[in-house]
Amino acid sequence: MFVYEKKLQYPVKIKTPNAALAKIIISQYGGPDGELGASLRYLSQRYTMPYPELKAILTDVGTEELGHLEMIGTIVYQLTKGLTPEQIKAAGMDAYFVDHTAGIYPQAAGGMPYSAASMQVKGDAITDLHEDLAAEQKARSTYDNILRYADDPDVKDPIRFLREREIVHYQRFGEGLRLLTDKLDSKNFYAFNSSFDKNKIQPR
Amino acid sequence: MSEREIMLKKLCSYDFVLVELNLYLDTHPTDTQAIEKLKSCEQSARALRDEFEEKYGPLSSVSMITNPYSWINSPWPWDGGEE
Repeated sequence: MFVYEKKLQYPVKIKTPNAALAKIIISQYGGPDGELGASLRYLSQRYTMPYPELKAILTDVGTEELGHLEMIGTIVYQLTKGLTPEQIKAAGMDAYFVDHTAGIYPQAAGGMPYSAASMQVKGDAITDLHEDLAAEQKARSTYDNILRYADDPDVKDPIRFLREREIVHYQRFGEGLRLLTDKLDSKNFYAFNSSFDKNKIQPR
Repeated sequence: MSEREIMLKKLCSYDFVLVELNLYLDTHPTDTQAIEKLKSCEQSARALRDEFEEKYGPLSSVSMITNPYSWINSPWPWDGGEE
């Protein structure tokens, strides 16, 4: 089960609204490499993971990503708070505004609503961990791109924190993959699904 | 920063160390140094959390039973500690 904590993982306090920034940062809320997809991917993949360490990494990282989703929602909320429809339009956020007003909707920067088609749960530990490593790098690249546009230190600071977390998660998933391949039978090195086919491997 | 924000930030730092050490221990479960660090940080975090909740109201629904009014009315995180 999950219990809500009434605090952010890292503080967000933005003094100057900026709809142009909100318009791109929303991608980490519901975009293809965003925090919602990350959380849903890991929390769904964990069921078929073959070793307790792997179940633990996916559960813990997937839970932390929910905290990151809340941080991104907070950033977008504070960046659009108190703006007039004219200011929203001048920043190019009027297309979003007409559908969602100043609500926080999970979509990519380009307007595509959140889609589970941007993630995979393969039921194969090797496949899934490789996807997770790629997902962390894709999120890191997105944060790098956001940092190219963000000039407000109130925004850059929590975005840098989130970028760092992608790097740490990548490291942990890498260790998880190493742990998995170390445990594989020499006849099963990168060969077949260690989650599903493990009982079908012939003993040596 | 208000006194509440300063205290909350400190608690967040302790809790962050717990998240980070816990994640590290997922793949290094026998690192006794990290386990010791986790234990001592957990004590500090718990003491500070108790102090914070006593002063400003519950941080999770687990601890809200004694103070439902404060659970609803203490600042929500996305409001930046303002309202």
